[in-house]
Amino acid sequence: MVRSMLFIPGNNPAMLQNADVFGADAVIIDLEDAVSIQEKDAARILVKAYLESIDHPPMKIYIRINGLDTTDYEKDLQSVVTDQIDGIVLPKAKVCDVERLLTLLYKIESETHMQKIIGIIPIVESAKSVLEIEKLAALSRIQGMLLGAEDLSADMELTRTITGTEIEYPRARMAFACKAYKIDAIDTPFTDTSDNLGLIADCQKAQNLGLNAKAAIHPNQLETIHDVFSPSLQRIEWAKRVLKAAKKADDQGLGVFSLDGKMIDKPIIERATKIMESAKRYRLLPVENA
Amino acid sequence: MLTGIAGTLESNDAMITVTPADKLTIEVKSVVDAFYHDQIVKVIKDTLFDSKIANISVMCQDKGALDYTIRARLLTAISRMEEQNG
Repeated sequence: MVRSMLFIPGNNPAMLQNADVFGADAVIIDLEDAVSIQEKDAARILVKAYLESIDHPPMKIYIRINGLDTTDYEKDLQSVVTDQIDGIVLPKAKVCDVERLLTLLYKIESETHMQKIIGIIPIVESAKSVLEIEKLAALSRIQGMLLGAEDLSADMELTRTITGTEIEYPRARMAFACKAYKIDAIDTPFTDTSDNLGLIADCQKAQNLGLNAKAAIHPNQLETIHDVFSPSLQRIEWAKRVLKAAKKADDQGLGVFSLDGKMIDKPIIERATKIMESAKRYRLLPVENA
Repeated sequence: MLTGIAGTLESNDAMITVTPADKLTIEVKSVVDAFYHDQIVKVIKDTLFDSKIANISVMCQDKGALDYTIRARLLTAISRMEEQNG
């Protein structure tokens, strides 16, 4: 699971060479919208050379390829599908597109004798994709789903607002589907990189609806995203106390017990366990607890 | 005249221009020339060797690019030159 996915333009050497120092849980190297048509060839070759140069980076690496309705996607896949990447981010994805991508990935992986099985993150950015969210989540190799609010709003002929009311439904539907299939529910990027208060509010809305991560379009958004999508220190302390009390109750043969005057039962213990798992994953615990 | 150009003059990038020639010529202008001239020339020569190209004129305007960026820009410039050639 991740909290943040940082978009890196595929034809930008300065951003690429620093991809591992920004601190994102994952990066999405973009061959699609961030690269002009005239520079698609240069971006593909640069990203391929970058991937050949790296060795065990601290973050997951995904590549956003060009859409399957273009002439570029096959060249993208031939260049970047290697053991160095974790997955492909597929724009304007519908079920039929993901199925086509799966066929292409099987072929490349087989031909190049790859060790790794490449994952897929479809971008939900059309009305039809929203209606297919559950089917998309259930497909093979899907590691998460990314909401693309700008294109979705254009498809729906809606105006994007700071409150995000227009994307509450797809956010919620995506959160339920991703939770059901235990994959990442990744929120759409917040496009105003100078409005940190707006970013905080946007992250909180997404988190309240059940999404566990957010895409970023600038490294300066990562700290806020991590703050919101990580368990707070208070929640971690609470989880520690619950698990400690649960162990004591278990030793005494008690199924249900109380802590701070509140009943603690199995669902609460499971929640505390998940908080501690997140805290460990994101290295939020002191060394002796990690 | 056939020419292939790739890259930019932005920081950490390199702009590489290649043209067909009857011998190998490599010209490097770099913001870090005093320290990395020989390394840049080596990356260019190695990339040309891997591409089985012996005779070509290469002009590299480097703005502090890493080796893989120089290699990528050279390969792109060569590819663009060859595309012009049909």
